[in-house]
Amino acid sequence: MPIPILKQGSFLIATIQSAMSDSDAQLLQDELMQQVGRVRATGIIVDVTALNVMDSFAGRTLRTIAHMTRLRGADTVIVGIQPEVAFAMVQLGLTFEDIHTALDLEEGLAHLNRRTVSGGSADDH
Amino acid sequence: MTTEQVVPIGSADDIVIAREAGRDLAGRLGFSLTDVTMIATAISEVSRNMTSYAGKGELRLYVESRNRRSVLVVEAVDQGPGIEQIERAMQDGYSTSGGLGLGLPGARRLMDEFEIRSEDGVGTTVVMRKWAPPGV
Amino acid sequence: MTARSDASVPAPAVNDRSTEALLPQLVQHLRQNRTVLREEWARRITDARLLTAMTPEEIFSEATAVYDNYVEVLETGSVEALQEYARDLSERIIPRGVETEEVLGIVLLLRDVLARSLFEKYQSDFELFKSVLDAYEPAANRIASTVGVGFVQERERVIRQQQEAIRELSTPVLQVRERLLILPMIGVLDGQRARQLTEQLLGAIRTNRAKVVVIDVTGVPGIDSTVANHLVQTVEACRLMGASVIITGLSSEIALTLVTIGVDLSMMTAVGDLQGGIEEAERMLGYEPRPARGSYRQPMT
Repeated sequence: MPIPILKQGSFLIATIQSAMSDSDAQLLQDELMQQVGRVRATGIIVDVTALNVMDSFAGRTLRTIAHMTRLRGADTVIVGIQPEVAFAMVQLGLTFEDIHTALDLEEGLAHLNRRTVSGGSADDH
Repeated sequence: MTTEQVVPIGSADDIVIAREAGRDLAGRLGFSLTDVTMIATAISEVSRNMTSYAGKGELRLYVESRNRRSVLVVEAVDQGPGIEQIERAMQDGYSTSGGLGLGLPGARRLMDEFEIRSEDGVGTTVVMRKWAPPGV
Repeated sequence: MTARSDASVPAPAVNDRSTEALLPQLVQHLRQNRTVLREEWARRITDARLLTAMTPEEIFSEATAVYDNYVEVLETGSVEALQEYARDLSERIIPRGVETEEVLGIVLLLRDVLARSLFEKYQSDFELFKSVLDAYEPAANRIASTVGVGFVQERERVIRQQQEAIRELSTPVLQVRERLLILPMIGVLDGQRARQLTEQLLGAIRTNRAKVVVIDVTGVPGIDSTVANHLVQTVEACRLMGASVIITGLSSEIALTLVTIGVDLSMMTAVGDLQGGIEEAERMLGYEPRPARGSYRQPMT
């Protein structure tokens, strides 16, 4: 099931569903990479509020997304990690040290807005 | 011991099926949401491990009864090449297939009991258990 | 011995002394005499000073319900119905302060009352009486043990619930300002307790939309590497939820010892005391730190 990606200003917001298969994750990564370049996004929010399990593959994918989009000049924020998921991730050893996380969409947007000079589109023409 | 479910693991898509089966069973046994999440995560890791090393295998879910408590048992069985050096594989960070290497050690931390038997050329069996809350 | 009687006729052929044939007969006897036997039972309960937490009227009303159920279970032998009955009974009387020995006591008294009644009826034929007991005893004993076990299990469940509630109450996560939570940790932490605290804290972060958490460990005796590792994990989990953590009450000696044994404290912000920690948290949140008021050093009870 494709993961919906919305554009808000110069940010992209991807909302993950409750169960994410490996192919869903891979698709998300490819899609985001494409769109980041196309719309010149300065920020990406991956909303995992609905995600009920974060395993090492999902974690790896999110990390890859964050790193690769950073090379394209975009900041990534993972938002909405639920208490029980956070707990399990820590037991598993997934720490996301190098990725920014926020409580929810609102906080994620606030963070991105603080980071970028303006929230507007960075269109060249 | 009753065999509740057997999920064939042949591809990455089967990992999701195994997870959901685990969540479902764990929920019915009265595990807290945190425990359900830990179990599903552990299932995901060992199933994934099977697809990485062995290509395919089976994930079996049982319920055992001990001292009036239910125990959820997860077995990951494959007929793959066997993990040559189990000790190394059980160390965080070790991986021959390009993964993060968290799988098996992580799964062990998530569950109450964990054992692994592997034989070169024969296959690997991982058995994990988690005790359900009493009085369900 | 074969049963020659039609299954629907309660009275067996004279020579039929099998359990299958006798059980319906004695059940019928117990039903026909229910009023007398129930009263006898209620009287013996009072004489034995059982169910003192209940009034005589209550005892009689429960006795009626219990008696009918007892005879019903004797007749059908159904274990499920029996277990459900035991659970139902326990749920009703535990809140009334009834003790385990009272429950076993009254069930055994009923068994005795019914047995004596059967003796009165069959005493002229000792062989027949023995067959009647062969039919009655296993069933009655199973009832007694099932009720007893059911009661004990229900008690254990209630006690666990109460313990859980106490645990939740005894370490509250406090919201002192918007987006700021304090978790004063008090007492010895075992694995289960530590885990529970972390779960509570993470839930509170979501509920209160907290951005900063101050965890005060002044009240935790003996911070060893196990406790420290729990702390590190808690900090990591809070961060995943977008909350920063400040640890207070961790002396620099302890911190140094922990680092020496290999605990990774690099992700933690540690401040000397709780007051200082709260001020730092307020600064992080953009509040003007409030002047020191009263004493934040005492753990809040």
